Amino acid sequence: MPDIPVLTAQDFKSDIKPIWCPGCGDYSVLTALAKACAELGRPRESIALISGIGCSSRLPAYTSVYGFHGVHGRALALAAGVKLARPDLTVIAAGGDGDGLSIGGNHFLHACRRNVDMTYILMDNQVYGMTKGQASPTTAPDWCESKLTPAGTGIAPVAPLLLALAAGVNFFARGFAGNPNELARLIAAGITHPGFSVIHVLSPCVTFRAEQRAWKQAVHALDDAPATDRAAAMMRYAGDDGFTTGILYAGSTPPFMPERQHAMAAADFEAGFVVERQAAG
Amino acid sequence: MERDHIGEISEAASEPNDGASLPPRAVGRSTVSLALIGAGGAGAMRAGEILLDVAAKAGFFGLMTRAMGAQIRGGEAAALLRIATAPVSSPDDHLDLLVALDWANFSRFAAELPLAATSLVICDPDEGEVPTAIRESGAQSVALAMKKLAGAVPGGRTNMVALGAVAALIGLPEALVTEVLARQLGRKGDTVLAASAGALALGVNAAASLPPLRLAAPPVVTGARWNISGNQATGLGALKGGVGFVAAYPITPATEVLEWMAPALAKTGGMLVQAEDELAAINMVIGASFAGTPALTATSGPGLSLMIEALGLAVASETPLVVVDVMRGGPSTGIPTKSEQSDLDIAVHGLHGDAPHLVLAPNSIGDCAVTTQWAVALAETLQTVAIVLSDQALGQSRAVIAPPPAPPTLPGRLIATPTAAAGYQRYALTASGVSPMAIPGTPGARYVADGLEHNVRGVPSAQAGDHHAQLDKRARKLESFDYGEAWADREGEGEIALLTWGSATGPAREAARRARDAGIAVRLISLRLLLPARPVLLAAALDGVRRVLVIEQSHGRQFHKFLRANYDLPAEVAVISRPGPLPIRPADILARLATWE
Repeated sequence: MPDIPVLTAQDFKSDIKPIWCPGCGDYSVLTALAKACAELGRPRESIALISGIGCSSRLPAYTSVYGFHGVHGRALALAAGVKLARPDLTVIAAGGDGDGLSIGGNHFLHACRRNVDMTYILMDNQVYGMTKGQASPTTAPDWCESKLTPAGTGIAPVAPLLLALAAGVNFFARGFAGNPNELARLIAAGITHPGFSVIHVLSPCVTFRAEQRAWKQAVHALDDAPATDRAAAMMRYAGDDGFTTGILYAGSTPPFMPERQHAMAAADFEAGFVVERQAAG
Repeated sequence: MERDHIGEISEAASEPNDGASLPPRAVGRSTVSLALIGAGGAGAMRAGEILLDVAAKAGFFGLMTRAMGAQIRGGEAAALLRIATAPVSSPDDHLDLLVALDWANFSRFAAELPLAATSLVICDPDEGEVPTAIRESGAQSVALAMKKLAGAVPGGRTNMVALGAVAALIGLPEALVTEVLARQLGRKGDTVLAASAGALALGVNAAASLPPLRLAAPPVVTGARWNISGNQATGLGALKGGVGFVAAYPITPATEVLEWMAPALAKTGGMLVQAEDELAAINMVIGASFAGTPALTATSGPGLSLMIEALGLAVASETPLVVVDVMRGGPSTGIPTKSEQSDLDIAVHGLHGDAPHLVLAPNSIGDCAVTTQWAVALAETLQTVAIVLSDQALGQSRAVIAPPPAPPTLPGRLIATPTAAAGYQRYALTASGVSPMAIPGTPGARYVADGLEHNVRGVPSAQAGDHHAQLDKRARKLESFDYGEAWADREGEGEIALLTWGSATGPAREAARRARDAGIAVRLISLRLLLPARPVLLAAALDGVRRVLVIEQSHGRQFHKFLRANYDLPAEVAVISRPGPLPIRPADILARLATWE
């Protein structure tokens, strides 16, 4: 037997107690992520989990891998820096709908088109939880429960799937926090798939969106193979109700990783500035 | 104050010439200051660059600054050169020679072209009337039909005629100009080269009828010299400091740092990523550094403003990184193509919370390499943010200089080793304040870097004890570090001190030299390390000083206020605080000193 300890899902969790509310969907995401890591069998020190700000962005502290809990909205940029500098690491970014699609929306767009080989776990509860219940970019326009927008936002929500497809995402799966086993499978598939993969997780907020408990009845598995053609995927999901789970799209765009050569040393460049004194004529 | 150095009879004039690059001459100037101006695209900048290159190869030193409009094509452009027999740190007080290829948009930058009664202006009679500002300066104007001359050569260009005339006037050999042209235009083929050489020769001939401005012979021995721009020097310093990752967003006047580094990084095992914005750029840099690669970004004021939140993250998470801010006129979009030292406030005070970090400033084109390399080493050693304040006057200027010295050697990043023991403390409270940093991939030392206040393990904590301990630690590691001699350049003795920083150091350095030549003892103190402030060291440097002249290029006296906040100054303090884009000139400083006589 090789001397490699077999790690269980529990080994990928830390001893820190989450700040999440009882019943929060994010507990299941933590469980699913730990399970996926254990199943992939990668050493804990070879994984970096990067997040921004928000309830779900607290995730890294609750795992036992390397992590970075950065500023609001920039997890994907920070994660790209980690992966580009260290292609040997497994890089996972995680966060919520506000962090990823509002303040970080531009980075989501460019992460999809840049296609760095990393995985983004987007926990969507259609609300800002950490600031106590405001509308997010995925909130329905007529949701009136926030004092900030008492008449609703009046603006159409973002559809992460269609946005990601249009921006050039290479892999998109949707899971439900109520089904952590399937979610673990989807996360593992995303990590294994080359390029940028998005795992869109419907993760209910039981505190500010208690009605999301009904998502259990709303989700339905994709009864088809993943789309592999972008145009076909956009056609197939144009009328998607947002509750279809499974691997929805698996593309084959090569990951972004600039070539590096070790051809020169830094001091070699000094020669390019040296003035050669010359005799005229 | 008398300008006794211009037009003086050079010491070198009576010495034998090295016989290589220039014919022997009786007398000549030790320095010539000239400008080539024209509409964007007329080739003034190109001619200026060639002229500097030729002068360098002939054995001279030099400096070329740029004055440009914001237009992408077709705006105004001026190449401002100073060629001299000794190293030059600053533009001169006045132009000895102005060559106008045309008068297009002249009024937009007339203020940046200081003419005196001694100046010679060469202009094309076919380009219309000599502007009033030129006539009123008292400068001598002479006509040279450059466009017509160029027209006589198939494919000939006006800027090449001007180049030939200037080269001949100041005494640069035509053969050397042709040689440099051949090297630069070789790829474009013989026809292009023949056209340029033909136009050049006509310019050389035409110069025979013009009043000469001959330089003295170049020094026989100069030692090694470089021809380099400040932005290139910054890139070189970053590379030599070990930077392996750059993420950035294009911005004037910092882009050349990135353009130089992109291929250089790729060849040295690193990479440069063009990010979607500065927010992404700085966060990518944080990610790469967290992953173990020394990382840097270069930007200007607007970009620095966008990066500030993430700089606080890097301070709190103790992630080393360097931000080079090539300053331009502000606030807001300001004057993107022109220089100012007005980002000092944001660099020092911009971060929210108590966020100790490093602010450094190169004080010459060559020093851009030294200070950037030092900044990388300091950021790595102290696991913090270093902001390097360069500016357009350094970054986009080019100089022929002695190779810059090496910065102080530092230990670099303190790396945590793999361990089987539990309980790695990323933010352990050490005496120095620096704690071993684990790089992802290191077994047994996993941790989560966090912008939330944290305990020694990195676990988020809102407890007073943890907050105070970590605040103390982050302050201690910067305060207690020995920065050695490089914190400031100190030159000369005397009861008067010129106290300055960054690009304002150039004219201050020349003013101090001229003052000393005139028998006035003057000290120059140029702060390279702005944060953390070093009050004990400056007090020692100011020992015996009665009067301080603060010299800076900002409207709000940002440097003066910074000094007042951090240092004790003598009772008598005067300030030269001029906003961009007008450079501070040595004569301005000498004039202020004269009021103290």
